[in-house]
Amino acid sequence: MIDSIIDITLMTFLVITALAIIRLHSLLAVVMLFGIFSLLSAGVFVVLDAVDVAFTEAAVGAGISTVLMLTTLALTYKHKEEKTEKTPIHAGLLPLIVVLITGSLLIYGTSDIPAFGDPKAPSQTHVGPYYLEKSMPETGVPNVVTAVLASYRGFDTLGEVTVIFTAGVAVMLLIGRRRKTKPENSESGDDNHDA
Amino acid sequence: MMHNLILKVISKFLIPLIMLFALYVQFHGDFGPGGGFQAGVIFSAAFILYTIVFGLDAAKKIIPPGVLKVLASLGVLIYAGTGIAGLILGGNYLEYGVLASNQIAGQHIGILVIELGVGITVASVMMIIFFAFAERGRS
Amino acid sequence: MQFIIDHYNYWLVIILMMAGFYTVISRSNLIKKIAGLSIFQVSVFMLYISIGHVKDGAAPIIESDVTVYSNPLPHVLILTAIVVGVATTALGLALVVRIKEAYGTIEEDDIHKQDQSL
Repeated sequence: MIDSIIDITLMTFLVITALAIIRLHSLLAVVMLFGIFSLLSAGVFVVLDAVDVAFTEAAVGAGISTVLMLTTLALTYKHKEEKTEKTPIHAGLLPLIVVLITGSLLIYGTSDIPAFGDPKAPSQTHVGPYYLEKSMPETGVPNVVTAVLASYRGFDTLGEVTVIFTAGVAVMLLIGRRRKTKPENSESGDDNHDA
Repeated sequence: MMHNLILKVISKFLIPLIMLFALYVQFHGDFGPGGGFQAGVIFSAAFILYTIVFGLDAAKKIIPPGVLKVLASLGVLIYAGTGIAGLILGGNYLEYGVLASNQIAGQHIGILVIELGVGITVASVMMIIFFAFAERGRS
Repeated sequence: MQFIIDHYNYWLVIILMMAGFYTVISRSNLIKKIAGLSIFQVSVFMLYISIGHVKDGAAPIIESDVTVYSNPLPHVLILTAIVVGVATTALGLALVVRIKEAYGTIEEDDIHKQDQSL
């Protein structure tokens, strides 16, 4: 019961933060709220027993992502310039209608999902129990998440590491080199070709 | 930013602790929450804090960008190389059981080594990305 | 009532997801779009973790006196997805920086105006 109360409270905070991100025009506030959003979601992950995921989300979302967004803000706006977004021209009813239709379809779809926390749901009875029973005798590692990540699904993780490596290479290619022309220069079109 | 004495003193105190915590998360990942991904991110967070407080030049003196690029590739190589080692010792690719005399010990060695590879790659890629952004701001 | 208790978590996750989706399709500022995209991403993670949750379960770290654990498989998938997510977010932000250098703005409307594509 206490789990559900904490869960609902944190989720409500998350929804409020998300709505504030939509409403606010100051980009600095949006980025800081995004950091708060990540930290709150890490709290939700702890309540849902995903401690490893919560750990990662707290370090990545509230730490690295927020810092990267702040540096992007510093790069895209001048030092003392007001960091606000412009009101979009086409922000009419259409996006709202699209979102409402998609959301109601998804909520309609959840009626077929097994109940939240149901131990007899198909996702709980298929491979999950195998890992929980066999990982200790087969690998001797008490943390099942580490055992599955590194041992049973080692190929998968190798792929993920390669993706991260590729993203690092791509960022280096995009912005790693020194700019040759000033952005105000009319030759900025050439800048696209040399990287 | 150059004259913030309190920031400098506090971060000098915090950075070793953050790194120590990253190493704990890295090597205790078998028994508690943690592992290479988290440790890498925490380790790079320590360096990012150092860069923010002491400036990009000071950070580059400690860990040159060239070294970071080598480390990022080295992590992936350690991971893939562990798989090759399994092949050479007569097992399948990424089969850890053959790395030691029995199954459990082999699994322990394999998981430790590949988590180390993951940690090195994640930490250096995060630092590479942050350095790229910071460098862009100066030019 | 039982139906609400069984499904409230999914509904809240979907509300969050739609908040992120709305930010992506209705705002014109690229940094805000990326923030919205990240919100969408985190809500997808939450949906997965909700599906793996078992009532009164413990975190999947084997202890001798615990019998009910949550499903570890979604945790593994999402753990790697988060780190890949931050890598792709960084890539998106790098593209934003390049767009700013090429067009002098990060407002989508202004970019369309310069390209005369809208």
